[in-house]
Amino acid sequence: MSGHVFHPGHSALHGMTVVVETAGTLTYVGRYDREDDTGVHLLDVGVHDLQSAIAKEEYIKRSSSFGVRGEHRHVVVPANQVARITQLGNWEPARSS
Amino acid sequence: MPYNPALVAPMRTEVTRLGARELTTAAEVDAALGDQRGSMLVFINSVCGCAAGNARPALTLALKHPVVPQQVVTVFAGQDLEAVARARQYFADYQPSSPSMALLRDGEVVHFVHRHQIEGRSPQAIATDLTSAFDKFCGAAV
Repeated sequence: MSGHVFHPGHSALHGMTVVVETAGTLTYVGRYDREDDTGVHLLDVGVHDLQSAIAKEEYIKRSSSFGVRGEHRHVVVPANQVARITQLGNWEPARSS
Repeated sequence: MPYNPALVAPMRTEVTRLGARELTTAAEVDAALGDQRGSMLVFINSVCGCAAGNARPALTLALKHPVVPQQVVTVFAGQDLEAVARARQYFADYQPSSPSMALLRDGEVVHFVHRHQIEGRSPQAIATDLTSAFDKFCGAAV
């Protein structure tokens, strides 16, 4: 992934607020820390479930406008569940194929 | 746990040398933000190199703009815990993040720069956003 590396040795996304969309119903918004064998580690994380009353797009839009509501200090998203990682400021709905 | 004050001191100075008034207690925050009139920028400083390393230079650039807030104050996240917690009560609609910046006009938040709007962006780009907000909200004829 491209981007400015602020911490040598870390991923370009380290410290960035990202949207992690999964193959399931959950979408995570939080600060990217690292990725290892267990998955993608996020800090200060908000979670959206497609089954919730608020639409995913609205949830992400609100997170962008008013900040991320950190419900969890640390979340590990299993690597095999990750569908897309996008910086919050660059997030757009995925194009349907 | 707060960082060593000696480590943080240059990060404080980088902001206070611009004329920003540092608020380190809840009482100081209340004195500055309670019944606030005119325009004021609240800069929430941070140790984090990912974002604060660009936020402070962005503030430096933005404050060279012809139109600037009447007052600039700063609190330091992770350091002056009481002051930061109290300051955030004045913009409670916005989730806490640091660094971040709140532009107030007569006590109302009129523009907010979140951490995620700082991360990975150049100081020039952040400053441009800030000065646009200054032009919109800090001029005499608002």
